[in-house]
Amino acid sequence: MAGRGVHMNREPLVLGIETSCDETGIGIVRGRTLLSNTIASSMDEHARYGGVVPEVAARAHLEALEPAIRAALAEADVALADLDAVAVTSGPGLAGALMVGVGAAKALAVSLEKPLYAVNHLVGHIAADVLDGDAPPLEYPTVALLVSGGHTSLLLVRDLTSDVELLGETMDDAAGEAFDKVARLLGLPYPGGPEIDRAAASGDPLAITFPRGLSRASDMAAHRYDFSFSGLKTAVARWTEQRQAAGEPVPVADVAASFREAVVDVLVTKALAACRDHDVPRLLLGGGVIANRRLRDVALERAAAERVTVRIPPLSLCTDNGAMIAALASELIMAGRPASTLEFGADSTLPVTEIQVAGSA
Amino acid sequence: MVGGGAGGGTGGGAAARTDADGPTVTLEGVILGIDTSLGTAVAVVEPDGVVRAQVESADPRGHAEVIGTLIQRALAEASVTVSDISYVAAGMGPGPFTGLRVGIAAARAFALGRGVPVVPVVSHDAVALELLLHDALTGGYEDAADESFAVVTDARRREFASTLYRGLDDDGLPVRLAEPALTPRDDLDRMLQAAGVIRRDAERIPAAMLALAASRAVVAGRTIAPADVLYLRSPDVTMPGAPKRVNL
Ligand SMILES: [Zn+2]
Repeated sequence: MAGRGVHMNREPLVLGIETSCDETGIGIVRGRTLLSNTIASSMDEHARYGGVVPEVAARAHLEALEPAIRAALAEADVALADLDAVAVTSGPGLAGALMVGVGAAKALAVSLEKPLYAVNHLVGHIAADVLDGDAPPLEYPTVALLVSGGHTSLLLVRDLTSDVELLGETMDDAAGEAFDKVARLLGLPYPGGPEIDRAAASGDPLAITFPRGLSRASDMAAHRYDFSFSGLKTAVARWTEQRQAAGEPVPVADVAASFREAVVDVLVTKALAACRDHDVPRLLLGGGVIANRRLRDVALERAAAERVTVRIPPLSLCTDNGAMIAALASELIMAGRPASTLEFGADSTLPVTEIQVAGSA
Repeated sequence: MVGGGAGGGTGGGAAARTDADGPTVTLEGVILGIDTSLGTAVAVVEPDGVVRAQVESADPRGHAEVIGTLIQRALAEASVTVSDISYVAAGMGPGPFTGLRVGIAAARAFALGRGVPVVPVVSHDAVALELLLHDALTGGYEDAADESFAVVTDARRREFASTLYRGLDDDGLPVRLAEPALTPRDDLDRMLQAAGVIRRDAERIPAAMLALAASRAVVAGRTIAPADVLYLRSPDVTMPGAPKRVNL
């Protein structure tokens, strides 16, 4: 069972379990065809805390898992017995949250006597792209920019199943976290991304020049592809406090638009620098923050100027979900990779180079 | 396939309730017990209590790492296949949350995979059942059935989790005098003394006894534990105050 691969002439039917943050995602794919993308989110429970509370997320996963699996099976119109494999996120993510999915996936695989694939969440975000039935196949190599509330990473993907390199990542807050924190600063609710967007709609992105983290010449030497958003958050706080201290109203729309512009600028600038440096004319965007319209627009516009082709998976597959986990496992199976053994654990800092966790044999 | 269990098993005996005032419940197959409230413990038990396999890891962490192999090992040692499992007993705690959830998630997922019911069991009940059966068999200390005792486990954060028991009822299940509760470490002995109960510390949860308690509950047609996790603590959260001010 475990350790054995799936040998088949047809496309594998895979159920993927994703519990790395606050979304309980169950996805079912057949080869590269999406059959169900079921998501139960505990976001509402975190709203009053202004951010994801790990224990609250883990409790919610435990209660959401079984109903989500049932719903996904019903939507895909398949039975558990029909599955060729089970897939699960091993990391990176919140340890306690990951463990719920790992425990469930192992027991499900054992009870069904099916192979289990433990995969990398970040690479899963890239794998979401293969489920886009309308798009031509992913070409290699490609640079991938993954931006969410949990991560901000720049990757060089030479092969989805065997060769992913980390070029850089955030040194402090994830971009999505920065949106949440600045939203709170401006008195806007959680989650901050859509709120900042709404406020920014009527604002001037050039009104205030906020700092672009790790973008000075010296930073670009040492941290060319890394990100930092905590300085930007502090700059926004300082700016608004100075206004308040002077007894002047805070122009929320301008602050929101200028902050968003700073985030978008640094994300796109570094992603395109990676494309240029590695002579890769392809950029894949993933992660929940890609839902941000301004980020997509600026990326498309500036990439076009540099003759870089931008790929964006359907937005429903950009946020954390189980379908991308199933899709990655499906790719691994079709590449002939053996299943993971049952010894792997939840690895909150799993490196992106570890696309599949094989388990200690 | 299950490792060394080639050939499968017969699925064990059957237990039946034959009292006049209810439908007869016959329990076929074997019961899988899973508990991760302390270490990780998995057992396969026949409905009448014959222990086919009991495996465990004492590691108070690492539940997610070992849960899959322990289930597989228990099935192999019991010489049963997954289709022989008719019920899955889940230890619902009390216990440290992160580990506790792994076993409950596994129990629910295994049951879902086989299409069989989950039977929630208070983890301390397994310890109490073992103590009471052991005392009954060995004579134990005098009048074991009349002695009130507390099953005590470490709840971390300078607290103990304890549940008070006294004897077995007519269905062969431990009688709970008080539901699981948390007590500061320094207060526990005073509290138990005041209540006149003996302290019985537990370092492990016997999964076989968990499965046996589940079996007896099913045969008796009773629900003996809530379907919800026995967290006993609210999640650790600090409500955000006003945003921290930076220097002007
Ligand atoms: Zn993600």
